[in-house]
Amino acid sequence: MVKREELLRSIDKNSRISISELAVMLGENEIDVANELKALEDEGIICGYHTMIDWSKTSIDKVMALIEVKVTPQRGIGFDSIAERIYKYPEVTSVYLMSGGFDLMVMLEGKTLKEVASFVTNKLSPLDTVLSCSTHFILQKYKEHGTILTKKYDDTREIFTP
Amino acid sequence: MRNPLADKIVDIKPSGIRKFFDVVQTIEGAISLGVGEPDFDTPWHIRDEGIYSLEKGRTFYTSNSGLKELKVEICNYTNRKLGVTYSPDNQVLVTVGGSEAIDLALRAMINPGDEVLIPQPSYVSYEPCAILAGAKPVIIELKEENEFRLTAEEILEHVTDKTKILVLPFPNNPTGAIMERKDLESIAKVIIEKDLFVLSDEIYSELTYTDKHVSIVEIPGMLERTIMINGFSKAFAMTGWRLGYACGPKEIIEQMVKIHQFAIMCAPTTSQYAAVEALKNGDDDVAMMREEYNHRRRFLLNEFKDMGLPCFEPFGAFYMFPSIKRFGMSSDEFATRLLQEQKLAVVPGTAFGDCGEGFIRISYAYSLDDLKRAMERLRAFTTQL
Repeated sequence: MVKREELLRSIDKNSRISISELAVMLGENEIDVANELKALEDEGIICGYHTMIDWSKTSIDKVMALIEVKVTPQRGIGFDSIAERIYKYPEVTSVYLMSGGFDLMVMLEGKTLKEVASFVTNKLSPLDTVLSCSTHFILQKYKEHGTILTKKYDDTREIFTP
Repeated sequence: MRNPLADKIVDIKPSGIRKFFDVVQTIEGAISLGVGEPDFDTPWHIRDEGIYSLEKGRTFYTSNSGLKELKVEICNYTNRKLGVTYSPDNQVLVTVGGSEAIDLALRAMINPGDEVLIPQPSYVSYEPCAILAGAKPVIIELKEENEFRLTAEEILEHVTDKTKILVLPFPNNPTGAIMERKDLESIAKVIIEKDLFVLSDEIYSELTYTDKHVSIVEIPGMLERTIMINGFSKAFAMTGWRLGYACGPKEIIEQMVKIHQFAIMCAPTTSQYAAVEALKNGDDDVAMMREEYNHRRRFLLNEFKDMGLPCFEPFGAFYMFPSIKRFGMSSDEFATRLLQEQKLAVVPGTAFGDCGEGFIRISYAYSLDDLKRAMERLRAFTTQL
């Protein structure tokens, strides 16, 4: 019986790991691991496999913004409908419903500052239920998904210890 | 000028690892699987408590036997893990690493000429510490066919009227062997019958990959004749903090405190505050690291199988101890050639006792990527032999 949580933790760290390697590391056989992965995908627990890229090290320009959005919830459907309205834009990478001072946290990716600004002014703000937007631009990514982007691991241990 | 040195010290062989260390440093691009400490950093919340303690000015000595708060946590921990009760007032001593506790226990219990049973292959310090304490070390050579576990018969073969202490180094460095409850029950009978004391070095107790670690103190009749040593280095990745402890009968701990008091005064205060946090809130970190080690352990086992390197499945610590006998070389020769030809450094089994001949120690306190790279080199080396 493949341990679900252990399997998930393993691919959360490295989604490119092969099924045969996973099977060895979990002490299971390949067929069971493959079936469990399939089940996790079917159940929508595994929703996708992403690559973490530090775009700032490439020649491709990307501007990331984080927008705090206050909205008026609608009777019967709460925040779902407005969230759906917002997440349908392809430039929106994440949408979260938040507790606290605002309602939706919208993460956005654009090529230029102007493009992001235009999205906020022309698309997001004019939406009926949107009361206010407060846009923050990301200046530097230090750590993402548990990985430190600004520094490489350096093994400073002695070469030999008993 | 007279000879300034003590013969007893001069006669002690330097650690076999040191010799290799000098060679490996001259080889560019060498990768090493020779490290006996975790590759993880100390979890941040533990480091944080160390830093806070400095900010708050907790920079004084603690009591000789250790910070009261830490001793209480150690007793809670041993109770939680092993179901045994020690009193924080007189049955716990906080030491500078488990190593100090080994030295203290032997010195506190040995009279000249007493014999100490030391199973090997094992950690490098038991034999010299026994000698320094004035004991005669008696080596028990553990056998591969027993998966390097210690048996009652082996004790009986080596016990004499002078035998006083048995060193019990499990989970074991360098073999990765463990002792399960049934193994411990069978040796406990002999230990009681022969009226021996046990120095149980359980520094790798958290790194056990079967059900759970069993300590000899859990076996009826053993608590009162065992000094149980553990520490923070391996479980919480705190090697550099130098913090360990010994638990045992108060008569023995009392005498150990005396030596500790005159030699060391007390263990580092900053480390003790950090250790309190480790014991209170560190269980999840330990579980995370254990899972990771276990993945690597299975990975290596599979690699060895694949390249035809015989190795029993070790269930403890973070070492593998494959046999290299079929290549017709000594451990030293194998390790030297592996280093020269493939730039991969491993420790010859003989560094842990003569009976380590024919084996090498491979540590998996390395990232999976590092291990993969290393296994490519090992495979290249063994296939051309």
